[in-house]
Amino acid sequence: MDLFEHQAKELFAEYGIPVPRGIVAHTVEEARAAAEQLTGKVVVKAQVKTGGRGKAGGVKVADDAEDAYQKATQILGMDIKGHTVHKVLIEEASQIAEEYYFSFLLDRANRTFLAICSASGGMDIEEVAHTAPEKVAKVPVSSLDGIDRATAREIAQAGGLPPQSLDGAAELIEKLWAVFVDEDASLVEVNPMILSADGQVKALDGKVTLDDNANFRQPEHVAYVDKAAEDPLEAKAKEKHLNYVKLDGTVGIIGNGAGLVMSTLDVVAYAGEAYSGRPKPANFLDIGGGASAEVMANGLEIILSDPSVKSVFVNVFGGITACDAVANGIVSAFQLLEGRGEAVTRPLVVRLDGNNAALGRQILADAGLPGVELVDTMDDAAQRAAELATVGA
Amino acid sequence: MAIWLTADSKIIVQGMTGGEGTKHTRRMLASGARVVGGVNARKAGTVHEGLPVFGTVAEAVSSTGADVSVVFVPPAFTKDAVKEAIDAEIPLCVVITEGVPVHDTTEFWAYAVAKGNKTRVIGPNCPGIASPGASNAGIIPADITTPGRIGLVSKSGTLTYQLMYELRDIGFSTAVGIGGDPVIGTTHIDALQAFQDDPGTDAIVMIGEIGGDAEERAAAYIEQHVTKPVVAYVAGFTAPEGKTMGHAGAIVSGSAGTAQAKKEALEKVGVRVGKTPSETARLMREVMQSL
Repeated sequence: MDLFEHQAKELFAEYGIPVPRGIVAHTVEEARAAAEQLTGKVVVKAQVKTGGRGKAGGVKVADDAEDAYQKATQILGMDIKGHTVHKVLIEEASQIAEEYYFSFLLDRANRTFLAICSASGGMDIEEVAHTAPEKVAKVPVSSLDGIDRATAREIAQAGGLPPQSLDGAAELIEKLWAVFVDEDASLVEVNPMILSADGQVKALDGKVTLDDNANFRQPEHVAYVDKAAEDPLEAKAKEKHLNYVKLDGTVGIIGNGAGLVMSTLDVVAYAGEAYSGRPKPANFLDIGGGASAEVMANGLEIILSDPSVKSVFVNVFGGITACDAVANGIVSAFQLLEGRGEAVTRPLVVRLDGNNAALGRQILADAGLPGVELVDTMDDAAQRAAELATVGA
Repeated sequence: MAIWLTADSKIIVQGMTGGEGTKHTRRMLASGARVVGGVNARKAGTVHEGLPVFGTVAEAVSSTGADVSVVFVPPAFTKDAVKEAIDAEIPLCVVITEGVPVHDTTEFWAYAVAKGNKTRVIGPNCPGIASPGASNAGIIPADITTPGRIGLVSKSGTLTYQLMYELRDIGFSTAVGIGGDPVIGTTHIDALQAFQDDPGTDAIVMIGEIGGDAEERAAAYIEQHVTKPVVAYVAGFTAPEGKTMGHAGAIVSGSAGTAQAKKEALEKVGVRVGKTPSETARLMREVMQSL
């Protein structure tokens, strides 16, 4: 889960990392009030979970409260790379002497952590990394060793930071490591990390990605969930512990196993190319290895409550759960949904393969469920589901 | 022949007394795997599923001569369980558990390296490893395929089963599910190397998915070191950017990690890449017939 800048900075502040004073505003009036409270020059910053907002015009300096009101008017509601700006951070303007870059992140390839530090921070860090890689220090950090003040200082030095910044940067980096480890983050980035005119090293921006797998030991992270931005179907699926992602097509997809479902999306998209309107998958839904009747019913319910779904493709490989159990699950799902007054009316293409596939198909054939078609292979089933989505359009 | 797991492998199960551990211990035993005991500190000295339960991995190893551990403990305890297996210097530790925090995985990986890499870790969040007809360590269904001479390495569980099933008439030496998490113990490259060296394997199926650059690095490795034919499949061509598709590692950010980039990298070094799982099976069938 990615945090908003203001959330990242609130977290930084808890760990004693110097950040500018700031107030979140959801309306232009709140923006003016915040600027009045902070007094003097302020910066109005769009809160969106994407990079490049500065270049998109989402960050503006305001001379006073009235100006902050005007700037907030321009920024609130803006679209930045598909993200609508719903709130701004009003922050005291900093006197910047120098801008640096710093981050801790997961280095997948080397299965370790990485500290990245550069004296050439600011908006063009990616450009610098590309054209002058020698200016960007990349230092592996073992989770067994961690970071102390001395190593933090070495990293700052390797990044080319000037002597007057080293002490402040080392302290900030050491604290940032504490954030990274204690909060189970896979990324903490400060760009820019600044040296202010009065000689302080501060985090002027903050980007944090938290590991959702660690939620069991990070109960307070639930407060960071952005309910407003969550797709309602995704939220509903999450409540039922289903792994669902909403997409923009018309073929509903249910499968077991993340890889198989991803593969199903591809196969349906390829098949759709042959039909008018080029039907595409409406969602990703992985019901996991042991697909019980209830899980299947919940999955079908989520998919069918998406009005854009014209047909459904159930793609199950019977591995741990044999296909007869899956077929019984589908039959029970139909009964369950009918019992809830939500009888299935859209066509369902089912492909069962693997353990007891013949038995599973027999169970479905005998049940004679309305609109359910059995197709033997994944490729043919994808094609039929795409075709049905076109007919229903 | 097979890689890493043979008919002689003696398996212990960490977390054997839990629900998943019990279910899959039964399945492993039914498939003919030599499961020799389990580990649970609170139930040491008891018998479960007819097998002795030990307090620690070290005790289990010294009492039974086990050389493989399969881990089913919950995510909160996985790191300590794997470190315990590493301390006991068990040669193979297969981590089935899903949902392990990446800081924990990174730590136990660093620990394995620091202890001299005496323990090969597979996973986490993987279906395990199966050498059909010989042994089975994990949750791969034993009865969907037959012994043969194809080696398989995959990030995805169900796609592994799909391919094992489609090619069941030809059969497999070993199938390894390495898992789809951002940090994993055993990589595509490790498996490619082992299959290349295994006289019982004639050709290799490699299944990848979006996210990271493991497939690209595997392609570079294949070009340099693998002479056996490799057929590949990559899932996630149509996955949208920035959305996590079930596997924590399967997320595309920016241009890196796309299925297209992986396919191109693999094809550049002569690997045939199937557009769908079925086409991948067909390509492998052609390869095996031409050998």
